[in-house]
Amino acid sequence: MEAFLHQVLSGLATGGIYAIVALALVMIYQATHLVNFAQGEMAMFSTYLAWTMIDAGLPYWGAFAGTVALSFALGIAIERIVIRPVGNAPVLAVVIVFIGLLVILNSVAGWIYTYTIKSFPSPFPGGSVLGGYLSRHELGVMGVTLGVLLLLFLFFRFTPLGLAMRAAAQNPVSSRLVGIRVGWMLALGWGLAAAIGAVAGMMVAPIVFLDPNMMAGILLYGFAGALLGGIDNPAGAVAGGLAVGVLENLSGAYLVGTELKLTVALVLIVGVLVVRPSGLFGRVLVNRV
Amino acid sequence: MTAPSARQWKVAGLALLLLFACALPFLVSSYRTFQLTSALSYAIALLGLNILTGWNGQISLGHGAFYAIGAYVAAILMDRWDVPYWATIPAAGLVCLGAGFLFGLPALRLEGLYLALATFALALATPQLLKSKHLEQWTGGVQGIVIMKPDPPFGLPLDQDQWLYFFALAVALAMFWLARNLLAGRIGRALVAIREHPTAAEAMGIDIAFYKSATFGVSAMFTGIAGALGAIVIQFVAPDSFTLFLSITLLVGIVVGGLASLSGAVWGALFIQFIPNVADQISKAAPWAIYGLFLIACMYLMPTGVAGLVRATAARLARSPRRP
Repeated sequence: MEAFLHQVLSGLATGGIYAIVALALVMIYQATHLVNFAQGEMAMFSTYLAWTMIDAGLPYWGAFAGTVALSFALGIAIERIVIRPVGNAPVLAVVIVFIGLLVILNSVAGWIYTYTIKSFPSPFPGGSVLGGYLSRHELGVMGVTLGVLLLLFLFFRFTPLGLAMRAAAQNPVSSRLVGIRVGWMLALGWGLAAAIGAVAGMMVAPIVFLDPNMMAGILLYGFAGALLGGIDNPAGAVAGGLAVGVLENLSGAYLVGTELKLTVALVLIVGVLVVRPSGLFGRVLVNRV
Repeated sequence: MTAPSARQWKVAGLALLLLFACALPFLVSSYRTFQLTSALSYAIALLGLNILTGWNGQISLGHGAFYAIGAYVAAILMDRWDVPYWATIPAAGLVCLGAGFLFGLPALRLEGLYLALATFALALATPQLLKSKHLEQWTGGVQGIVIMKPDPPFGLPLDQDQWLYFFALAVALAMFWLARNLLAGRIGRALVAIREHPTAAEAMGIDIAFYKSATFGVSAMFTGIAGALGAIVIQFVAPDSFTLFLSITLLVGIVVGGLASLSGAVWGALFIQFIPNVADQISKAAPWAIYGLFLIACMYLMPTGVAGLVRATAARLARSPRRP
């Protein structure tokens, strides 16, 4: 029982990271109905930026804030320069551009920082808490996840800009008529996604260590979480991310072992897409033909 | 005497090209011959992916998985059961036809983006699956399998590399012939109709579910045959050769070569075989940076790829003399 509880709790902690990645995916999906395949590499790149700042002598939280701000700006730049020109193109073209972005970010990070593994500091150092069930870092990650979710909720619920972004996502044409600059709202969505992804990268790097391919598995679990919770629903995505984290840990401990983690994610993704494509908390879309 | 028609020009051009392809291994070093052989196997894989993604519009980011299945089927048959190398090619094709058809069934319910997601997951999971302990007795786990290079039969005066090149060329010709006949008629038109407007295609009486899953199977078969050929050429299979980046390489190949184009598969194969060799000299990361740039640049500037560019140039050349 103790072991089981331990697995569930540490699953919730890793699930927190998947939840943040899922949130970042939802930000872009809500605005554009696209799944950003480059999200993981964007987060990885941001984490390298944080590493550079910390290496240059900045205190951790200073580097954290700097990275989030810089990632936000980079996200907007990517939308404006790379994504905008294929805004109305078929899905295939957009997916190809996303994959191009993934490959470029991955190789540029490898080029600048080399492929050797680097260690990354945790803002929550130290031993275990809660009677040995969790490490301080895991508890901190959970706190950060809930903090990010709360901030986003407040932003979308109580600020005029948040309202405008929701409006632009739901009905671009009417929003344009009432004077919302829809194009910029999309760019802001990308900026937010990049910033949220940067948080995920900095939270996961102390666990998996920093290297250009560190986000591949995490992105896959983020996809699974977002799909399970419903990819157009931020709260659902967080719930999905946490659930996927627990599922991953339990299946790793009791079913298939750790060596097939990615296969578990594959089965989850295909399973959710086939059985319930809108996810647990998503809206069912009906297309008019 | 009438001037030769466009079709006659085309046949003459293809014959000349074939003659050149047959002469190549006697003109270049054996290492280059080896590279060309491996480019031929890529060309078959690209043809398979192009049938699915280019013609039928189903996005696959996971065709590396089928390439891996083909390669492993060939390697295991040769290593465990001493099956002759040429017999592993149809075996790999059959296994992949089945695997592709099975994966295509759930994929039927997924459109565009979601299919891309599911196949992306497949590509990421493949190396781990191949390393799995449960399959280790066949796959050799992380170490992979080493296979022997075949000797030329009937005492032909060729070295091993040259023989493999001609073997690959024959397989490639057969596959291109098959693909051409498949795509030139009603089946090809049905695939394009499904890509362009599924509802209208269904209204015209095309069985979408059957066509889509059958296309997935046929596409996987082509890619699996390419994988088997690739394994025989490289004489080695290991899980880490079949990562997500192999699937992306194949995507780069069809995008640069030209979507929904037969000759595009050849251009794309030459690109993914030789550009990394050149770029490797700059940095380990350079080939991938170039791949990424080409992916995005092609979408903006050259959506029909090299094949489209060649076609447009040829059309311009053919038109210009008639101008007053």
